[in-house]
Amino acid sequence: MDWLIPLILTVITASTPLLLASTGELITEKSGVLNLGVEGMMLVGAISGFAVTATSGSAILGILAAIIAGMLMSLIFAFLTLTLMANQVATGLALTIFGVGFSALVGSGFVGFAIEPLPGLHIPLLTDIPLVGEILFGQDFLVYLSIVMVIAVGFFLSRTRGGLILKAVGDSHHSAHAIGYSVIKIRYMATMFGGAMAGLAGAYLSLSYTPMWAENMTAGRGWIALALVVFATWRPGRLLAGAYMFGLISVLQLHAQSAGVHVPSQFMSMLPYLATVIVLVIISSDRAKIRLNAPACIGQAFRPAQ
Amino acid sequence: MTGGSKPAQLEVRGVTKAFPGCLANDDISFRIEPGEIHALLGENGAGKSTLVKIIYGVLQADQGDLLWEGKPVTIHSPHDAREMGVGLVFQHFSLFETMTVLENIALAMNDVRDMAALRQQVIEVEKTYGLPLDPDRHVYTLSVGERQRIEIVRCLLQNPKLLILDEPTSVLTPQEVEKLFETLRRLADEGCAILYISHKLHEVKALCQKATVLRGGKVVGGCDPREETAKSMAEMMIGQKLTAPDRSGTRKFGDVRLDISDLSLISDEQFGTDLKGIGLKVRGGEIMGVAGVAGNGQNELFQALAGETEIIGTPDCIKIDGDPVAHFGPRRRRRLGAAFVPEERNGHGAVPDMSLSENGFLTAFRRMALSARGLIREVPTRSFADKIIKTFDVRTTGASAEAGSLSGGNLQKFIVGREILQDPGVLVISQPTWGVDAGAASAIHQALLDLAAKGTAVLVISQDLDEIFAICDQVVVMSEGKMSAPRPMADVSVEEIGLLMGGLHDLDGDVTLKTKELIEGDRVGQA
Repeated sequence: MDWLIPLILTVITASTPLLLASTGELITEKSGVLNLGVEGMMLVGAISGFAVTATSGSAILGILAAIIAGMLMSLIFAFLTLTLMANQVATGLALTIFGVGFSALVGSGFVGFAIEPLPGLHIPLLTDIPLVGEILFGQDFLVYLSIVMVIAVGFFLSRTRGGLILKAVGDSHHSAHAIGYSVIKIRYMATMFGGAMAGLAGAYLSLSYTPMWAENMTAGRGWIALALVVFATWRPGRLLAGAYMFGLISVLQLHAQSAGVHVPSQFMSMLPYLATVIVLVIISSDRAKIRLNAPACIGQAFRPAQ
Repeated sequence: MTGGSKPAQLEVRGVTKAFPGCLANDDISFRIEPGEIHALLGENGAGKSTLVKIIYGVLQADQGDLLWEGKPVTIHSPHDAREMGVGLVFQHFSLFETMTVLENIALAMNDVRDMAALRQQVIEVEKTYGLPLDPDRHVYTLSVGERQRIEIVRCLLQNPKLLILDEPTSVLTPQEVEKLFETLRRLADEGCAILYISHKLHEVKALCQKATVLRGGKVVGGCDPREETAKSMAEMMIGQKLTAPDRSGTRKFGDVRLDISDLSLISDEQFGTDLKGIGLKVRGGEIMGVAGVAGNGQNELFQALAGETEIIGTPDCIKIDGDPVAHFGPRRRRRLGAAFVPEERNGHGAVPDMSLSENGFLTAFRRMALSARGLIREVPTRSFADKIIKTFDVRTTGASAEAGSLSGGNLQKFIVGREILQDPGVLVISQPTWGVDAGAASAIHQALLDLAAKGTAVLVISQDLDEIFAICDQVVVMSEGKMSAPRPMADVSVEEIGLLMGGLHDLDGDVTLKTKELIEGDRVGQA
């Protein structure tokens, strides 16, 4: 059992950035916008959070900076695709490439800096409970926030009028426009929420997961987050489960190696995508199912007809 | 008018709206009294939809005023319009397929209230007006008639003072239309003003007390539809005399050229309809109509006939001039002398971004010998397109115009012309005049009659009963993927076809067809 607690702890930290970023992207995609720039937004969030924390000494300011940076990145995307009606796929890819370069440029002065990692929660007695204490009550607040956010998003989508409107815009933008909802405005807000969450995910990486800055430190997690949304068939409950499953897969290779099982690391890092492909094939065979959850207008530019 | 004392429910005064390159509404004025059912007539592009959007707040007028109960109002958004008491039943439904009936209704309500209370209200309105609907059904599982009920229920929930219906009956069976009219008459009796937009003139005649006719964005006249004939109103709409299709040349029916027997097919569309044991023979010189409410297998039938769906196992179930073809794709069927015109013009019948001459080439290159050794023969290709444009009076800048730049009616004339000029032995055509103005529609009808007179077997799939009565020799009805036995046009009534269209999902209660005599007596006015 010695290995179990550390395994669970690393799974939690590996899953949290995936969960944060994919929760944001879920909302973006539910509104009918496909933003492939998650990786770029995460990187810019990570360096912004790290730079502000390192210079100001305040992790809270750093986290706020990461959120704002992520939102600004998504605002660029929203302006290009929603106002100027650029192609969403191409713009999203460009946003990622831009984010990789921009974060490396800003971050070149911060390589090698060290900061204090985000403090974990410590509740006397509770945190000290053997085995489960540290897992349940010893994490930093972003971990709890990620869980709260996905639950909140689930509640928002299934129980609130706002959620219904968001889904309506993603389902049929012409109908939503005809009834009188502002499709573009709602998509702007959904896209910026996605940006904020991606920025937060980046901050988690550079402030808590590995409290340092390294170029390209997201290492493909943005892409996994994107795959995760499809994997979860746009449902928050499955998103939570999927994030932890992908988190488990990504740390398994380390633990497998230390346990003497030799699986090529490339194979393990391939697994999340392989799982997504398999799930896609399975759900595609039941089109009614994907139809009920997938936003029908995803990736389509909206031009109000005359 | 009800005298000066009582203000109109809505008065439109001098409304003008311009879009780049076109004046959609030009100084339009008319008024609707409370409790009045007022028709707004006009061809496609006459400016009806633009006017409706202005009244509903989707668009803003450049000039002019709207007076609501005598007071000038500015309507900034549909939200404002609903607040005021304007309800709109959309032409293309504004529904969300993956949501439930109740969610769809909630989305169109202005004020947030709890769903349980809303559900109760919905059920009450449904009971009061006889519009049965299960609030928890997903929209994609509903028939078009049921979908329209959602739109109506959600308007009624807001207690509208003015209800606008934009082409509400284009997808309904005659029985459903009668049911709708009952609801509307009842609403009008309760004092609700109704603005009814349609180009089905016999319906306007049966329902409305006043009509305003638009042409080219202008009001060209008003009338009392009860005192007009459908023909006289149609002529007012198009501004010229209307000639009924000439069926004088009595055709002789030859051998069976299109033979469908026991055609069954599982649809691979997610909400498609399976074809069940379809059998039909169309002889040379005969025009066979396939009637039915949309979504009862007509698309699947067209695709099976056109070869877009290949049926590998049983090549015998479709025969063209005796040759089994069910396992062939479209190209090999065309080689045997068949031609096909799908319902969707842009993207299916024609490539919108390609020129007319290129579009002409795409289906005609073999029969018209437009290609040699893999190369396009420019000169014949161009002259083929020019010939279509000339013969079928396609209004365009020339053969090099992009297909997508043509209006619906003109592109349809081009596509129909392209197939007809290839002199096919079998022509399968789906919704030949859908969304086409009356002038172009009668040209297309005449072309189909002329083609049949030359010995071609023509199969017309249409939702428009007037069209079927106007040109067909026999009719079959599709319902839930099954096909009725063919009936000669001469001894079948609209009522019978309507009952067949309803299939097993017939409406309850005793349905009287008040419109029936009007339809049969006045079929000329089909627009």
